[in-house]
Amino acid sequence: MKIVLNNREEILETNLEEINVDKLLKIKKFSFTRLIVKINDRFIPKENYGIASIHPNDKVDVIHMISGG
Amino acid sequence: MNFIKIKERLKTKTVGVAGCGGLGSNAAVALARVGVGNLIIADFDKIEVSNLNRQYFFHDQIGKFKAEALKENISQINPEVTVEDHVITLNPELIIKMFAGCDVIVEAFDKSEMKEMIVGTVLSQFPSTPLVCGVGLAGWGGNNLIKTEQFGNLYIVGDRANETSEENPPLAPRVGAVANMMANIVLELLLGKDK
Repeated sequence: MKIVLNNREEILETNLEEINVDKLLKIKKFSFTRLIVKINDRFIPKENYGIASIHPNDKVDVIHMISGG
Repeated sequence: MNFIKIKERLKTKTVGVAGCGGLGSNAAVALARVGVGNLIIADFDKIEVSNLNRQYFFHDQIGKFKAEALKENISQINPEVTVEDHVITLNPELIIKMFAGCDVIVEAFDKSEMKEMIVGTVLSQFPSTPLVCGVGLAGWGGNNLIKTEQFGNLYIVGDRANETSEENPPLAPRVGAVANMMANIVLELLLGKDK
């Protein structure tokens, strides 16, 4: 599946035409705990990672929050 | 645009600064210097001697609340700025209440869970308010690793990699660089693109 991930085109290793956020994090091996996820610019709260779906050509942002300020 | 005009435009603007540590104190001072009219600042913490390696405070302010001391310092720099200071631990309800009228919000927390909390709150409650966030600033050097990335109304400034730790502490030059880049984005949002 081709999506735009963090402002870059990316082909995900899956044959599915629809995946949820949990699946995306698994495919990308993103294991960070503090995350901000947006699909097509809409913020996805953590509790919706299992139901929020990602389709081909979607613009997805996964931003890792790290300490320091 | 000349500086008189810039000041005139900024006078009516309100910027919220969540956290008055390394990022917040330096960003707020930069915004105050150029004349952003209203700043709403919040921090629960008191100044410690270890903060002075990067935060915009002075030795005789050790023990004071950061939000109150920052207000003091800003009034010494630019008394025309109205500063609303809150000594408080922010949570989603308070963020919604305090930052509702802001033109731009600056995320300047230290801990990643607090960063996640405010970004989630602002993106879901105020999706049309720009949020400028600092991510990755520990250590020194690596000037060209510090960048700004835009995700809709969310702006991330930093190297997005260097988390602070005992062995990778935050230090004035790099923290100040990120803080001032954040303030620079705020100006771009308030005045329109220049460069």
